[in-house]
Amino acid sequence: MTGLADASVLAPPVGDPIVAVAHVTLRFGGVTSLADVSLQQERGEVLAVIGPNGAGKTSLFNCLTGVYTPQEGTIEFRPEGKSAVSVVGRRPSRVNRLGIARTFQASRLFNALTAFENVRVGVESRLHTGPAGAMLLLPRTRRENRRSRDRSEELLAFVGLTDRADELASALPYGDQRKLEIARALATGPELLLLDEPAAGTNLAEKDALQDVIHRVNTEMGVSVLLIEHDMRLVMAAAHRVAVLNFGRLIAMGTPAVVQHDEAVIEAYLGRTDAGTAPEGGADEAAGPEEGT
Amino acid sequence: MSAGTTATASARARVLWRSPEARRLAAWVFGGLVLALMTGPSGSQAAPVAGFTGSLFHPRVLVFVALGVALWALSFVRARYGERVRETSVHLTRLPARLVRTRRARYGVYLVVLVFAVVYPPTLSGFWQEVLVDQIGVFVLLAIGLNVVVGYAGLLDLGYIAFYAIGAYSGAYWTGALPVHPPFHLNPFFVIPFAIAAAMVAGVILGAPTLRLRGDYLAIVTLGFGEIIQIAATNLQGVTGGAEGVTGVPHFSVHALGVHYAWTLSNLPYYYLLLGFVVLVLFGFRALEDSRVGRAFTAVREDEVAAEAVGINVLKYKVMAFAIGASTSGFAGLLEVSKIGFVTSQDFTVQLSILVLVLVIFGGMGSLPGAVAGAAFLQWVPQILRQHPLFGYQPQDLYIYLGALLVVMMIFRPEGMLPSRRRKRELALAEQGIGTADAMSGSADPAAGVAP
Repeated sequence: MTGLADASVLAPPVGDPIVAVAHVTLRFGGVTSLADVSLQQERGEVLAVIGPNGAGKTSLFNCLTGVYTPQEGTIEFRPEGKSAVSVVGRRPSRVNRLGIARTFQASRLFNALTAFENVRVGVESRLHTGPAGAMLLLPRTRRENRRSRDRSEELLAFVGLTDRADELASALPYGDQRKLEIARALATGPELLLLDEPAAGTNLAEKDALQDVIHRVNTEMGVSVLLIEHDMRLVMAAAHRVAVLNFGRLIAMGTPAVVQHDEAVIEAYLGRTDAGTAPEGGADEAAGPEEGT
Repeated sequence: MSAGTTATASARARVLWRSPEARRLAAWVFGGLVLALMTGPSGSQAAPVAGFTGSLFHPRVLVFVALGVALWALSFVRARYGERVRETSVHLTRLPARLVRTRRARYGVYLVVLVFAVVYPPTLSGFWQEVLVDQIGVFVLLAIGLNVVVGYAGLLDLGYIAFYAIGAYSGAYWTGALPVHPPFHLNPFFVIPFAIAAAMVAGVILGAPTLRLRGDYLAIVTLGFGEIIQIAATNLQGVTGGAEGVTGVPHFSVHALGVHYAWTLSNLPYYYLLLGFVVLVLFGFRALEDSRVGRAFTAVREDEVAAEAVGINVLKYKVMAFAIGASTSGFAGLLEVSKIGFVTSQDFTVQLSILVLVLVIFGGMGSLPGAVAGAAFLQWVPQILRQHPLFGYQPQDLYIYLGALLVVMMIFRPEGMLPSRRRKRELALAEQGIGTADAMSGSADPAAGVAP
């Protein structure tokens, strides 16, 4: 086990990558949020991205989903059986249509809609009824309505929220909100699911439930998962590999067991005894615009 | 009367002034005085303060102050006993509320309203029939159109009447009434698709670049657009007839399958035509609301970032809502111009845009029954009050009263007369500190939760 993992540390994995990030640099004015980050995720893999606050994890997510456009580097997404497409420069809704769905660090559900309606909005973004069809209730509209209703129910059942379908999204307990966000993201039929701290603010039981959902998303639905998470227990249990960011740079990558004992990682989390040689960009951390929340 | 008692008296007055109730009372009374002053007689060069004395030292000021005090008392009672009143009312209305919530009961209510709308108008006098068509019918259509833009998609459109103008001029053009002549003359019925298309194209042309803007900026651009259309219509006299306007726009008529019928200036036939169109549009928008498109509108209004993240092209849906609203406005413009037979650029003022917005807000943003009821109510009541010996008002003061009404409504019932379920939820959530009650998109921090 250890021998295998050693080989994969910082070495680009060979095989069938679903997403390939190469030399991505993202700057906000003088602040470098991501510096020459390259990483690949294999199809079917659960890859965790960890790192201290301000390390650039969410910036990476925002680059992967079209919210930010990196100044340098390429991001290629390879949908199953199709040729690679570049993510950079596409608006978020286009990126979502390629097959990359995401959740947000702070839940961004549609609060005035019910849990069911939240999922349904996601399902329906892939359907075709236009305003005319909707107003005239054409046969296709009815067909699509049935389909979206069934699919939304399936997805709610998948994350275990069937009983809460008609409750307002905002009225759900926090753990259920996180699950609902995952269901809504899955509703768009992604091949790659980006989860931004799904376990933040949840209790132990909710964490276990989330871990189970992530596992089943990966195994039963065959969706690759890219996961930002601070909860190490969850990361170690859920992820096949772990990428570690610090000050916008990728400092380690490998199996959870290997990363845990990586010296650079320990240093990033715990600091070094001989102070004064903080890594480049250290002063930027507090001023970075990504520190907004 | 010693110095000591005056000191304690002034101290007591100071304590009283510090109490929020006293300040609120003062604010309400001040509001009443402002309203009295603004709607009272104006001064002249000979008597510059006549406006003040005529307003403030005249018995009519008492009416306004009394109104202010009454509203203060109402807010006081509400703050003290509101919770209990709400509980009892919820308790008392539980059964009727549940009944209304069932689909069959709701359709029953709609059916009764429709039957009433068909049977009642013939019994009215000519004046009220005219009000019914020109003031209520057309504005109901305008309000349900703007409701799509403001209520569903959360876009503040202050130039809405520009599309009404475009529809009206389309009607005048295709029937040959304008100084410029069309390739062929059409019956108003066949102009409908042209008028709708013209307004829709104008909506898309205006919307596509400007809907990238957020909240306030969009309002400013649409306000400017409304002005541009009106000023252009005034100045392009050779095309539109300008401020003097053009006459001779023909009425609707049917000549087909052996049926020959022509509408005339008389109001009742036009009322039924309008009623038919309004009901059709209502059916369409009702289906739209509970469809993929309607839910996408709500998603865009609630959280643009999240909507994009689930694959909704936010700009596309905003333009779509804008264009649907614009085409409804254009349709209403065509109906009105064909009914009254002439069109002048003086009709398309910014006040009219604001009036329609007030109707939608008053009725309840995002709610079709609300838009219909709000428009009907607010267009009807001023007509009654206008002639009333006690509550009669000067026509130019109407907007002052409407403004005051909106202020009062924002305090007592911000969700509107007949609010939509979703909007009511949003406001309830905002009171708990979740999300924002601001219906206009763009007010929410766009970066919240995206940035780490």
